[in-house]
Formats: sequence, structure tokens, C-alpha cells
Amino acid sequence: MSDSTAIAHGAAEAHHEHPPYQRHHFETYAQQNDATNFAMWLFLLTEIMFFGGLFTAYLIFRNWYYPAFVAASHQLDIFWGSLNTLLLITSSFTMAMGVWCAELRKKSGLVLCLILTFILGLGFLGVKTIEYREKWEKHHIPGLHYSVQSFVNPASDPEVHDKYPKDQPLAMDMARHTELYFFLYFAMTGMHALHMIIGIAILAFMIARAQAGAYTTGHVTFVENFGLYWHFVDIVWIFLFPLLYLISRH
Amino acid sequence: MSDEVTLVKLPDQSTAKLPKVSYLNKENGLLSWLLTGDHKRIAMLYLISISFFFFVGGSLAGLIRLELLTPQSDLMATDTYNKVFSMHGIIMVFFFLVPSVPATIGNFFIPMMIGAKDLALPKINLLSWYLYMAAGILALYTMASGGVDTGWTFTTPLSTHYVNTHVLTTGMAVFIAGFSSIFTGLNFIVTIHKMRAPGMTWFRLPLFVWAHYAASILMVLGTPVLAIAIVLVALERTVGIGVFDPTKGGDPLLFQHLFWFYSHPAVYIMILPGMGVISEVISTFSRKRVFGYTAVAFSSVAIAVFGFFVWAHHMFIMGISNYAVLIFSLLTMLVAVPSAIKIFNWTFTLYKGSITFETPMLYAFGFMGLFTIGGLTGVFLGTAGTDIHLTETYFIVAHFHFVMVGGMLMAFLSGLHFWWPKMTGRMYPEKISQLAAVVTFIGFNFTFFPQFILGTLGMPRRYASYPPEFQILNVFSTAGASILGVGYLLPVLYLTWSLKYGEIAGNNPWQATGLEWQVQSPPLTENFPETPIMDHEAYDYEWLERQQEKEVASVG
Repeated sequence: MSDSTAIAHGAAEAHHEHPPYQRHHFETYAQQNDATNFAMWLFLLTEIMFFGGLFTAYLIFRNWYYPAFVAASHQLDIFWGSLNTLLLITSSFTMAMGVWCAELRKKSGLVLCLILTFILGLGFLGVKTIEYREKWEKHHIPGLHYSVQSFVNPASDPEVHDKYPKDQPLAMDMARHTELYFFLYFAMTGMHALHMIIGIAILAFMIARAQAGAYTTGHVTFVENFGLYWHFVDIVWIFLFPLLYLISRH
Repeated sequence: MSDEVTLVKLPDQSTAKLPKVSYLNKENGLLSWLLTGDHKRIAMLYLISISFFFFVGGSLAGLIRLELLTPQSDLMATDTYNKVFSMHGIIMVFFFLVPSVPATIGNFFIPMMIGAKDLALPKINLLSWYLYMAAGILALYTMASGGVDTGWTFTTPLSTHYVNTHVLTTGMAVFIAGFSSIFTGLNFIVTIHKMRAPGMTWFRLPLFVWAHYAASILMVLGTPVLAIAIVLVALERTVGIGVFDPTKGGDPLLFQHLFWFYSHPAVYIMILPGMGVISEVISTFSRKRVFGYTAVAFSSVAIAVFGFFVWAHHMFIMGISNYAVLIFSLLTMLVAVPSAIKIFNWTFTLYKGSITFETPMLYAFGFMGLFTIGGLTGVFLGTAGTDIHLTETYFIVAHFHFVMVGGMLMAFLSGLHFWWPKMTGRMYPEKISQLAAVVTFIGFNFTFFPQFILGTLGMPRRYASYPPEFQILNVFSTAGASILGVGYLLPVLYLTWSLKYGEIAGNNPWQATGLEWQVQSPPLTENFPETPIMDHEAYDYEWLERQQEKEVASVG
């Protein structure tokens, strides 16, 4: 049959001068890079929709229980929040530099940038742990021995009361809704932290591979796409910070 | 259905042979299947798995109909009945209907239709099958260990506060299955954007591809919202976080908003790929370009867009505001328009076409009739006034079974028969499969038409017992279900038979125009011996004739 000759012909043609990292079903490396990048953007779109459900819940309950949300947000320390914002933005910068180094095939620069990103990411999680621990100590974990003491009687919580002396005690039925705030706080920052942990794990893998010279041969798709992911996680935090920490500041 | 009128052109059976090398025999052994990146093999894996789940879900449906044969709850206890219909819904929706056409026929043919060697992300494609299997096994495990009785909708506060069945594991299964569906959709979008052959412009794509593109948008944007809704249900159940709990200030309706934000578009995820199949089949068996190609292409996208803005019509009686009811009712009417555009355009395609009645076409006719009834009764339900009377009755059960079973399942079977020769290289036996198509149609109407009447008489859904005056119609429905069961068993038998004994199909038994029909059946692993160049419009039957003349000339 004519098919068999065509196969032989096609096979011969298909394997001329491909870079080793080009998958066989792509015509050109540019097509492969394009397709993978596009897929990453689509994946980030699904992530937006995923977080979108939580943001919707947040907006509804914040509208309904505004006083409770304000009072509960005063329990968060703006210092830690700002520090974390700074850490993340810096890590986005080092990540972007990493992609740049990979494109220019600077191996040591890439490894350095990835390590810095890794450390900054861990720093973020460290700060988050300090914050979570404080909530635990004050019985602000929803569902587990939750206490509204700080909200029905602000004076019982001198640390926060000194910072926000104008906060009035909340009536019991409003104070109970602070639990919703803390649930959303933990769900949103927890989901964000989970993305950070996944990102840091991938970073560790990438550091090892980068030292072996994997991303500095012209095939930067993986670094590039991971960069997109990292920036996305960063941007989620940029939304979370004002929504959770800065409710009463406008 | 006379013997003479057929367009089937098979090679001379005394000399014809299957191609020596194809995707089926390029590599051998179980591992070569389980670790494959080939979209065609993954499609076959999916085909086997979804058929399995279809028969699990179908057996549960059989149990439901048997229970409803008599007014009392006698075959099973009422709470067992609740579990049976819940698992029927969950398995049919998440493990059959959502992946049915896209993961099998779509997976197999989208790359071939656009002239590509594979989907853009073969490993993600394989991952999606493994996720599907993991989810499926988890769902079966749940079923074996006691099941869930919330209905497939997991409605709060029932699912979070009142039932003590396996909500968490079932929810997890649906969550994982959702990611399998996201990856399929994502892969299709990237492939359709980035992998088209030279000359394959957007408006030369077969309408099958357009329909899948629209369905993929829904998968990618809708499914993550279902995922977060399920996570919240799980947290509400385990930790008691309060988002869906009114005693803590939460709102159970929020769950329904999130759930239906996915699950309404999900019905379009289920039906759009089926509509894609019908476009191909109607065109091929009436030898005409699909009438109003552009309108049909855009109507798919319009369904995807409108589909996102009608979810609250599932909640008309749930206490949403009257203004919301008004607006969502209006938007629901709007989404009927693009579906009607498709039906009309297919009808115009038939007009003055050279129609033949092979099995895929019979199923396609079944689809057009049943989907139209299903769609129009949907307009009854979208009208707020009638919805208050009809919702939560058998009318709604009949409505969505007309769309899902009468529509989607007919389309799936139509597509399966249509592309079977390409997938396996062999023809299915025509006569018995025509019989199966007719039996399915008759059985279907017997099963579900009485349920419209039951619904208008006021029989509520989801109860194991009912007043005795409804029995006659229920007996009709159960009798119909047994006919329907035969209609579904037949294809399994003769399609399996045809794998070994079917006639050799040759490249293009239907004289169809798609790129997938211009190569050998079953295809090579890399689909095309060399990258095809698309130099004609879709459904150009004159181009096909010229091609065949050229071939005859060169052989002569």
C-alpha cells in the first residue's frame, strides 16, 4: 500500500534536527513552548475560579456581618501581614530574575535566584505559622473550642484593645459571626499556604535540576511556567492581604 | 431502510486486510497501554471504563424502576432506595455523562480532525484517565461500604448536618473526577488553539471540534467552583465551620449557588459534545454541508456563555428573591435559542439531502426528536410559574432524562457507531444495530414519557412509595426500562463481536469528508503519514469526489 512508503518518508522527515527536548507530536519547538505556556495560563484560570468560590463567600458574609468582620480583622497583626507581603513580592522578583537567567543560560544565576525564592517562600510560611499559633492560643480556630471572649469583652484582650481602643463590645449574636470570619481567614490563607507549599516543593526539585544544568540549555518552558504559577500565588496574596487585614482602613 | 439505499462503500472483503501497522498493534502488552501517551489508546481506555460505569449506573436505574413497580416500598427499604437513586445520579453524571463523548470520541478524533499528531499534552491526558479511575474506584468503594443518600446534588444542610452516610468519600470521588474533567477540557482548548494543521482555519474546523471547544470552556471555568463547593461541604461536615450553617450565620443557599454554578453549565458539558456528533452524522448521511455552519459553530459558544448565567433556575422555590427569579427565568429562555438554532439548522441540512438510514443516522434522528422534547419541556420549567408546580416532581425527572439519555446517550451511541470503523478498522453489523437503535428509541419513550404525565399529576421524585392511582403509569415506565435495557445490551454484544468478525471497513466507509476519514483505519500512532494541509472547507463533498476521481485515475 502507499501508506507504508508514506510512513517511512514521514518518519525520516519527522526526526531531523529536533532539539532533544522537543516532543515528537509538535512541529516546532516554538509551538511546543506556546502550547505549554497557554496550558499554564488556562490552569491558572481554573485556579482563579477555585479561589473565586471562597472570595464569593467572603464578600457575602462581609456584607452581612460587617461589624464582626472588622472586629475579627483587628486580631490580625498588620506588621506580620505587611512583612509577608514584602517577602512574597521580593520572591516574585527573584523568580522573575530566575526566568531571565534561564533564558540567558546563566546557570549559577538561576540556581541563586531559585534558592532565594525558596528561602523567601519558607520565610512566608514561617511568619504564617507564628500568626496561626497566636490564633490557636487565643481560641480563634473555628470549630475547635472557639471563643468569642475577645469580641464581647474587648478589654479582656488587652494586647488588641490597646491598639484599637475605640472598638466597642459586640452583641453576642454579632460576635458569634467572627467565627465565620476566622473560618474564611483560615480557608483562604490555608488554601494559599497549600499552594505555597506545593510551589516550594517544586522549587526544591528545580534547584536540584538546575544545578545539573537542566534549564540552561535553551529549554526554559518549565522555569517559565513555574514562574507564572509563583506569580499567581503571589497575586492571590495581594488580594488576601487587604481583604483580610485592612477591612477597617479606608 | 431498504438494502439498496446505502452510501457504505467497503473494500472487496475477499482481499481486504487490516493495515499491518496501526495504533492498536504498534506496541503490545498491558504496560504499553497503561503508560501510553497516545490519545487514541487513552480514548479506548476511557471507552472501556465509562462503559463499565454506565452499566453500574444502569443496574442501579434498573433497581429504581423495579422498586417503583408497586406503590409500596417493598423491594428495598426507603433509605436503601435513597442511596440507590443517589448513587445512580452520581455515577451517571460524573462517571458517565461528563466524560462520555469528550473523553472517548473527542479524545480520539479532535487531534485527527484538526490534523495533529496528538493532543498538546499527552501526559496530562493520561493523568486525567488515572484520576478518573481513582475517583471511580473510590465511588465504587463508597457504594460497597454503604453509599450516600443525599441525591447527586449534595444539598446542604442535608449533606452537612442530617445524614450519616458516606458524604466525605463520595465528595472526594467527585472532587477527583472533576480534576480529570478539567484536564481533559484544558487539553482540548490548548490543542484546538495551537495544534491545527496548516490551512485549518477556525471556520474550516468540523462542528464537532467547535462543540468540544465550547464544552471545554465550561469544564475549565465551571469545575473548579464545584471543587471548592465540595471542599466547603467536607469542612462543614468535619469541622463545623459554619458557612452553610444558618445557626452560625452561614447560608445553606450559598452552597446551591456554588453547586449549580458548576452543575448547570455541566448539563451543557454533557450535551454540547453530543451536538457535535450530531452535526457530523447529519451532514455525512445527507451528503450536504451543515446548513448555516457559522450559526451552528457560534451557537455552541453562545450556549457556553449563556449557560453560565442561568444557574439559579434550579432554585426558584428555594427562597431566592422574586427579581432574581424574573431575571434567571428570562436568561433561561435565552439559552433555549442557540439550542433551537442547532435543531433548525440540522433540519435544513436534511432538506433536499440524499438521506440514508444507517445506524448512526437513526440514533441522530432519535436525538433530534427526544432532545427537542427535552428542550421544550425545559422551557416549561424555566417559566417561574409552571416551575413552582412541576419542580421536584417526575416532570423534571422526565425532562432531564429526555435531554441526558434521549439526547446525550443517543448522540454517544450515534458517534460510537459512526466512528467505530475508524477506531477498530471493522464495521459493526448493520441490521442488528439498526434494530438496537429502534429498540432504544421505543424503550426510551415508554420509560420516560409516562413520567411527564406522572409529574403533571403531582407525583414527587425521590420517594420509594407512591399513591396507588399512579401505579399504571409506573408499570409502563418500568416495562419501558426493560426494553431500554435490551437496547443498551445489544450494542455491547455486537460491537464486541465485530472486533473479530466485523467486515473490514477500509479508510472511508461512509464517504465522509473529515480529515480522520482520509487515513487508514485503524489509524497509525502518529495519525498522519505526513502533516496534512487543509485546502478546502469542512463538509465539502465535491472535494471528496475529486479526491476519489484522482485516486482512481492514478491507480488506473
